[in-house]
Formats: sequence, structure tokens, C-alpha cells
Amino acid sequence: MRLVILDDYDLASEWAAKYIRNRIVEFKPSADRYFTLGLPTGSTPYGCYQKLIEFHRSGDLSFKYVKTFNMDEYVGLPRAHPESYHSYMWNNFFKHIDIDPANAHILDGNAEDLEAECSAYEQKIAAAGGIELFVGGIGPDGHIAFNEPGSSLVSRTRVKTLAKDTIVANARFFGNDLSKVPTMALTVGVGTVMDSKEVMILITGAHKAFALYKAIEEGVNHMWTVSAFQQHPHTIFVCDEDATLELRVKTVKYFKGLMHVHNKLVDPVLSIKDQ
Amino acid sequence: MPSNKSVSDAPISQFINCRILRGHTLQREDLWVRDGKILDPEKLFFDEQGFADRRVDCGGSIVAPGFIDVQINGGYGVDFSQPTEDVAAGVSLVAKKVLEHGVTSFCPTLVTSPPAVYHQVLPQVQVHDGGPDGAGVLGFHLEGPFISPEKKGAHPERYLRTFRSGGMEDLTEVYGGLDGVAMVTLAPELPHSQSVVRMLCQKGIAVSLGHSVANLSQAEDAVQHGASFITHLFNAMLPFHHRDPGIVGLLTSDRIPAGRTVFYGMIADGIHTNPAALRIAHRAHPAGLVLVTDAIAAMGLHPGRHPLGQQVIEIQGLHAYVSGTKTLSGSIATMDMCVRHLKQASGCSVEEALEAASLHPAQLLGISQKKGNLDYGADADLVLVDDALRVRTTYISGEEVWRRDA
Repeated sequence: MRLVILDDYDLASEWAAKYIRNRIVEFKPSADRYFTLGLPTGSTPYGCYQKLIEFHRSGDLSFKYVKTFNMDEYVGLPRAHPESYHSYMWNNFFKHIDIDPANAHILDGNAEDLEAECSAYEQKIAAAGGIELFVGGIGPDGHIAFNEPGSSLVSRTRVKTLAKDTIVANARFFGNDLSKVPTMALTVGVGTVMDSKEVMILITGAHKAFALYKAIEEGVNHMWTVSAFQQHPHTIFVCDEDATLELRVKTVKYFKGLMHVHNKLVDPVLSIKDQ
Repeated sequence: MPSNKSVSDAPISQFINCRILRGHTLQREDLWVRDGKILDPEKLFFDEQGFADRRVDCGGSIVAPGFIDVQINGGYGVDFSQPTEDVAAGVSLVAKKVLEHGVTSFCPTLVTSPPAVYHQVLPQVQVHDGGPDGAGVLGFHLEGPFISPEKKGAHPERYLRTFRSGGMEDLTEVYGGLDGVAMVTLAPELPHSQSVVRMLCQKGIAVSLGHSVANLSQAEDAVQHGASFITHLFNAMLPFHHRDPGIVGLLTSDRIPAGRTVFYGMIADGIHTNPAALRIAHRAHPAGLVLVTDAIAAMGLHPGRHPLGQQVIEIQGLHAYVSGTKTLSGSIATMDMCVRHLKQASGCSVEEALEAASLHPAQLLGISQKKGNLDYGADADLVLVDDALRVRTTYISGEEVWRRDA
């Protein structure tokens, strides 16, 4: 496992974006060889998307041969609802880049047969050759995607009933009206993400500090589903200082001491202009 | 990149590098157009997996809905109220020329005329969409002859009428048919006007109050029966008085039915309305302000003397005088000029100035589901303006119809 600690949210976002950029550019995607990228939504990855858009605008990064798979979507929320993850992805990322709409995959929470939608999603990921890099965020309770506490650590894409904590936390996006908050979601499973070649988890802010501690300093536990990635051969946690507040000094010092090694992953930052 | 053809074969245009007027604010967004309509790019992306076939670089322009002029009597030497064999050609000439002022649709306006003129002129011009040949015609604005002799302005007194046969019959007798009529200006103090207002509104024709000595309560009654507009506010009506504010009082009336807006036309050329009066109206009722040019045949002509109808008109700068006098013969304002003047004189926002020439007239005519805004599904009638609100390019149904020479 790698733990990359940056001073603040902006630097963490930039580091993550540079890493994604280097991975895609290095991969040399083409019409015969697509780079498959798993994507999260929410406030944590927002800054990272902003940076990726900047890289695209400057001509250093193209998504023409990138396939994306989003982690999750609410059930029953109209796709055009401003809080739907379709809307999030369109407004904060897709409309700014050159991705082919046919390659941007998001679970359809309004599908007639939700289970069929989920198994079709797994098949699409498999058909794309699996995920090269899955980028994720976590909730304060350590959930990855909508794999709430207690989710099976070998779970696949499925319908999930949201935990009360999540619903209450989401109420702020729905006019603080609990009755308007969706109670179910479609989500990739922990196992789905585990199958990716590489996983990058973004964790920022003091309110996520306890979750980061549970993720990396305690054992694998389905009550903190993100801890499953301790068992993944290529996981990078990218966090800011605030998120490290619950970690041991020893842990933080160790990984900070490794920053000169980790920074080589994003320095030099690569560009398609040089290819 | 190919567009997905699952819904339509029509090519998709994406206007980029612009700020678009949507939801009363200028937004840094691209504007997508297909089949002459504004397209929801998010639906295109997710439902059709479609792309833009071509990108139009707007060079940082503001993209606003095309301007709508609901009161224009003519221009470029053409007077719509002068009956000729080919009124349609005159309308077409003006329609073509006003594209450079950002106007994408308009209401040719006829001043008080004898019945024979209406019978000859009205059938010659049909309501039609605009295109490369010119701005669209939304229907005639008939200003008179059912107006007050005391406030006739430049209207010929001998042709003024009352509703002496009870209303409906008078309209038929004077106008012939009402097909192709979008708006009628009348004086609400005339007997039987209430039933005329109701009848016109039922037919979807907007009723405007003007050239009138009505007091406020008569004006309010007319609004309650369906009238929705005031023709060139302050002009040709009783001046504002604090014990009887007259028609002007409608701007702050508390007897406007819920959910309704009274709109008012303003000739914001800096000549026909004092800037202070413009500010009073704008601050009292910004949502109702509709810019109109009220332009006469002299609009668009070069400075100098021009014989027009029975008169010789002399154009000096922005003024059109009856030759040899200092009598104003009418407005030669253009719509883009009025937008700039409104912003400068009232200190309103760019958004407000643009909406007064687009959204508000569309709302007044009840066509805001199609025109006057850039919402998804609306007609792609666009005007691209720079930060000083000078027109750069005009589009109708997504096609470029005028461009300023570089």
C-alpha cells in the first residue's frame, strides 16, 4: 500500500490528477487499446476533476480512448435531477472533456430490472478488459462506493439499501427533507473494485480521519469496507494532512519519509504532446 | 466525430467559447443546437450518445435570445402603413435589414388607417418564421384606430373610431379578418372596450393600452379583462398624477390578477423618453419592461433629407425631424441601440437589458415556450454580442443570417 500525504485538499487533488494523467498517457491508449478508468462522485474528487479538465484544455491529456465506469447511482432519482450522479458527471467532468459518450458508463438507477442492470454492468466491465485504475472516495463511515458498513467484501455490482447515516448525511442535498432522499442505490461491489489492476482512494478532511485510520491501521473488516484494499496489491491512498489526524505519528512519519519516492510517480508529469 | 442518428439525422452544432443568457444569468456554457432548436446536451450525451458535428467558436461573445420588436412601423424608406401593391416586399426588406440589429422576429405595426388600408395590407403578410431572408413575422401590431382623439399623437384624426357597433362588428368592419394579428393597441375608456379586450384575448391576440386618456381604474379593469401591455409608456397617455396615476399607475397597481404581469413598451433611444423617466419605470417594474423601437420609415436611412409619404424628413444623428423644423417625426432607433441605452441609462445588468428585448416581449406575446430564451427546446434564434452589447452575429433557427464585417 502507498499512502501519499499532501498539505491540503488542493494539493491532494492535483497530485491525484497528475497521477491519473501519467497513467493514461503512459498507457498510450488507442482505438485498439482503451484505458479503463473507474470514477467516483462527491465533493472529494471535485478538485481532481477540475485539474483533469485543465490538463485536457491545455492539450496534455485526451479521453478519446478512455472508457469510464462510475461506481454508483441512486435508484429512482430522475437522471436529470441535479443530485443524480449522471448530472454530477456531466456537469463536473464529461461536458468538459473529449470522451465518447458511448464509453462513459454509469449505472441506470431507473432501469426496469435493476438486477439485470447490475449484472450487465459487470459484463460491460469484463468486456472492456477490466478496470485499469479505479479511483474512489470514501464516506466518514469508511464505505467505498455505496458499500455500506457490513457489506460483503467480495460483493459484486448490486442494489443496496442505504444506511441511515448516509441518508441523513445526504439530506442536505435534498432540501434537508429526509423523505426526498433516495434510500436505495446501485453500486459496484467491493469485489468489483478489488478486481481492478490498481485502486486509488482519495481521502481529505478531518471528518474522514477516523475512516482513514480504520482503513489502514486496523484489520480488514466489513464494517469499514475500504479496509478491504489492504489486500489489494496496488492501492494508493491520497490524503491531506487533516485526514491523517487519527493516524499514529509513526505511520505518518514513515509515509511522509517516502514522499520523495512517491513524487516520482507524478514527476515528470507526462503529456500526449510529447508522444 | 459523428453524431448519433438515433433520434434525428440533423447535424448538431455546439457554440463554444461564449457566455449564454439562461435562467436570468450569463453562464459560461456551451449552447447546443439541432434542427433549429436548442438541445439539452446532457440528454444527447446519455440518451443518444451523440456528439456535435460542428463547433462554432463565439470568440468570447455573449449569446442572447434574438431580439423581438413588437412595435416597428417601418424602416429603410418603407412605411408599413402606406398601402402599396407589394406590402410583403416592404416587410421583407425591413425583415432582412433588422437582422443586423439582432432582431430575429417582429410585429410590423400599422398606425391608424382607413379600413381600406387594413383590408389591403393585412392579407398580404402572413405570420412566418425567420430565416436567411430575414427576421420572422409574429403578426401585425395594429395601433389604432380605436384610440382617443385627445391622445392621437401622429395618428390621423379622421380615421379614429369608436366601438359604435358594439365591438366585434367594428373590428371586422375596420380590420377585415384578424388572422395574422398579434396585438391591438386601443384606448380602454372607449365604451364597449371591455368586451373587445376579452374577445381579442380569447383569440390569443395581445391587447395593449395606449393613445388613451384612461384613468388608473379604467386601465386596471382592462387588465382584469385580459389586457397585458402598455404602448410606449408615458407617450400618448395622461401624465402621471399622484391622485390619479393613469395608465402609468399600472406599473405598481395592486389590482393585477395573481400570476399575471403587465408589460410596457419603452422607446429607449434617449430622445423619446428622458433617462430619468426610463429609470422610474425600470425601478418600479423591471420584469415588465419591453424595449420597442417604434421606428418609422426613416430608420436605417442615411443622414440628410428624405421624402417619406407626405413629408420630408431630415435625419440628423439620432433625430429625425420634419424637415425645416425641430419637430420630431418619430423614432429612428434600432433595437441594439435601445438595449445599450437601457443598460447605460438605467444602470441595469447586461442580463436585464438583453431580456427586455427578448424574454419580456416573448412573454407578452405568449410565445416564451419557443422564443425569448435559450431553454432546451426553444427556437435557436440567437444574437451574439460583445461586452459593449454591439451585435456581432445573428442566427435564426441555428443558421447564421447576419455577421458584422470583421
